Amino acid sequence: MTLAIDVQRLTRRFGAFVAVDAISVQVKTGEVFGFLGANGAGKTTAIKMLIGLLEPTEGSAQVAGYDVRTQSEEVRRRIGYMSQRFSLYDDLTVRENIQLYGGIYGLTDDEISTRGAELVGGLHLDGAHDALVGTLPLGWKQKLAFSVALLHRPLVVFLDEPTGGVDPVTRRQFWEMIYAAAARGTTVFVTTHYMDEAEYCDRLSIMVDGRIAAMGTPAELKAEFGAPTIDEVFVRLARPAAMAGGV
Amino acid sequence: MSDTGPVVLHEVRKTFGATVALESVSLTVRPGELFGLVGPDGGGKTTLFRILATLLVPDSGTATVLGRDVVRDLWDIRSRVGYMPGRFSLYPDLSVEENLRFFASVFGTSLERGYDLIKPIYQQIEPFRDRRAGQLSGGMKQKLALSCALVHRPDLLLLDEPTTGVDAVSRREFWDLLDTLQASGLTIVVSTPYMDEADRCDRVALMQQGRVLAIDAPSAIGALFPRPLFAVRGRPRTALLDALRALPTAASVHPFGEAFHYSDTRTALAPAQIAQDVLDALRARNLDGVDVTTIAPGIEDAFMALMGDAPGVPVGVPA
Amino acid sequence: MHREKRLSALIAFVVKEMRHILRDRQTLVILLLLPLAQVVLFGFAIRTDVNDIRLAVVDPVPDAVTLALRARFVGNGRFRVVATVPTVAAAEPFFRRGAADIAVVFQPGLAERLARGTGAQMQLLVDASDPNSGTTMQTYATSVIAAWQAEQPGAGRGVRIIPQVRMRYNPTLESVNLFVPGLIALVLTLVSSMMTAISLSREKERGTLEVLLVSPLRPWQIIVGKVVPYLLLAFANVVTALFAAWAVFQVPFRGSVALLLGASTLYAMVGLALGVLIAAVTTSQRAAMLFALVGTMLPTTLLSGLIFPIASMPLPLRLISHIIPARWFIVIARGVMLKGVGVADLWMEIAILSLMFVAFMTLAIRSFRARLD
Repeated sequence: MTLAIDVQRLTRRFGAFVAVDAISVQVKTGEVFGFLGANGAGKTTAIKMLIGLLEPTEGSAQVAGYDVRTQSEEVRRRIGYMSQRFSLYDDLTVRENIQLYGGIYGLTDDEISTRGAELVGGLHLDGAHDALVGTLPLGWKQKLAFSVALLHRPLVVFLDEPTGGVDPVTRRQFWEMIYAAAARGTTVFVTTHYMDEAEYCDRLSIMVDGRIAAMGTPAELKAEFGAPTIDEVFVRLARPAAMAGGV
Repeated sequence: MSDTGPVVLHEVRKTFGATVALESVSLTVRPGELFGLVGPDGGGKTTLFRILATLLVPDSGTATVLGRDVVRDLWDIRSRVGYMPGRFSLYPDLSVEENLRFFASVFGTSLERGYDLIKPIYQQIEPFRDRRAGQLSGGMKQKLALSCALVHRPDLLLLDEPTTGVDAVSRREFWDLLDTLQASGLTIVVSTPYMDEADRCDRVALMQQGRVLAIDAPSAIGALFPRPLFAVRGRPRTALLDALRALPTAASVHPFGEAFHYSDTRTALAPAQIAQDVLDALRARNLDGVDVTTIAPGIEDAFMALMGDAPGVPVGVPA
Repeated sequence: MHREKRLSALIAFVVKEMRHILRDRQTLVILLLLPLAQVVLFGFAIRTDVNDIRLAVVDPVPDAVTLALRARFVGNGRFRVVATVPTVAAAEPFFRRGAADIAVVFQPGLAERLARGTGAQMQLLVDASDPNSGTTMQTYATSVIAAWQAEQPGAGRGVRIIPQVRMRYNPTLESVNLFVPGLIALVLTLVSSMMTAISLSREKERGTLEVLLVSPLRPWQIIVGKVVPYLLLAFANVVTALFAAWAVFQVPFRGSVALLLGASTLYAMVGLALGVLIAAVTTSQRAAMLFALVGTMLPTTLLSGLIFPIASMPLPLRLISHIIPARWFIVIARGVMLKGVGVADLWMEIAILSLMFVAFMTLAIRSFRARLD
């Protein structure tokens, strides 16, 4: 089994503050990996290093077979990224957003139009091709953003809280899209604050104070901590840190 | 329709251009209650809060807060309500203490005079009182914002999505704080997109696309689910999901954590019978080691049933 | 709320606003150094001495006087005669080609008119495409003529050559003096209109305004709280600009300092009211900044008489210039600083600015609503 993400003792310091402290994570190709952690535990910093936006202080990370430190261009070409805060341009139409992202990743016009049509058809958004993205309901916007992040067929897709504020039905539809992408061989690396969603992941890790405090399948983690839900596991791991003040 | 209570809404409607943000919303919050508005973004929660906070005027219908009309008596209401908007609304370049002192002065009081009320919250962030608010973590920002909304001892606290984007631990702590505040007699109206948080409220209104789907105690909301409900566990998940969906009598199938929640159209049948039928059908499809148990529906089950399993459909899209 | 509470809320607001200003170090440094930098830069840029002025002489009927004057121009050293032609029309091509900077146009029979004691006239045509050097060139030319006249017998008897200057008129020799009041106007506009508009719209964008609106603070308290710190900053800027002008360029200060500071405060208040108005009608910081730029900075620079003389503007712009506060402030500031005149001569301008303040502030408070819609 090949590794889509191979992180070895990855560290990032800001001055004296260690945001990410020698974390090691391996994610297999086609896996749905949940990357959990309290606010300020270092999740965002870690993801930024994995997508080549931030230089690691120490350690190494390979994403899609390339080193994030020395080959960040290659990495970026092979990954997709979607965050809750920024995904699509509200003031562009669905079609224009697809054209933009297709263009950024160097797809040909033919590819853009065929994949774009597939994408829009798959979301049942056919009638809304020329609607401004800002006019779509949040759930649809997020599903569209996910599809667009997959437009260039990335090997790994990073999702940063993709379902925040989305209604429960759409949230589940979103996860079905994640499964479908994983079934096609795309590796999914996802963060969420919905603990029930954590249970949907093949494996997950929980970050506390810059370190990975636990990692395994949801069932393994629950067994390890003797907890009925991942929510309980999370609270048990993260609460002592939160009590200590944290950042 | 009762016309007493800290918050009384009667057929409130609010539109922005062609968008209907609130469609005839009526509800009453009782004194001392911890009342939740639960629903996804776009449900109308923020618009409702802004009307209660006298920031918006309803197109039609009436709204009273602490017995005062939100349109006529805005200055009376403003000095007696604590409001925490949905987004972080403090000054990031001012320190924790400076923010707090500023908001105290704005409401004509001082940190010292409001201290005993905010103490349980403020104590947790007091060690960082000289830190700039912009440099706090999400959970601490929320605690600071809550302290700022409380420092003038309001009679009603309005909290718009205080836990959105905050991690599970901080969220729990935040709800614990609300319990403490409620115990001091304060009436609290709070909104959240996280269904599991509804259990922390005395009563909740489920909101979806400007409408109130239901108002009741969280324990009673689950009962609004119209059919017996089953939790189905097994592996592989995708095969199990497909098999459940393929059942001709499936009424609803939703992933819930590690399980799937299943309901059946044959409501006349005994639940045990349905469970056995489903188990047999799954075994017939070579899914072994599957477990089907009857469960009590929760708020999220009820919410999805009430919203008709049909999330908002974009304009121009055939439903 | 009781009056003391209102007052303490207001003070808290002012303190908070000062903290914002003091904590944004980069902006603060720029704002404090700006007047200094502007006065020094403008001053040196404007003080370009013009040499080798290319002169076209239009002398339809040469006589003793015209020849004497022409000799004076040649002998002056700064001027170089590039053409001697009989008509203005014949001089025109030299201007169009850029071959001449200035033309002296003599009246036919100048000597005779002078001798008779009837008013003798001559015209100066100046290429004012660069208004600064245009001003300087014309000043030199006027002084050449004036020097010749002063030497003539009977100079005191009122028989004079009256040079008519087209395009531009500048009564003083040092142009930097003229610019200092304008620069003060510019800095005040920046600090009062632009910074207030940005800082208030930032509260809108951040969502803090929502909390302020829900508080018992009245709109006027929010506005006053916003405005007072910037007024102080503006005041500091005026002092800096004046000091720089005096220390570096020895710009004279003939009138009352108190009057000028008072007028500056009044002008800053007009700008602040405009800033609040801009913030009230815009929804984002970016829009507020552009609005402030186009609505206040641009007219202050271009239409106030700061750079381009109002007298040489086309009528529509001249009319528009009346509603530009800087226009009136510049009159006051130039009057006080350079001529030493007092309130008696400037009451109209002061009254206009006061009216503007009342009008803009009323508008601002009215458009600054207590609600979101």
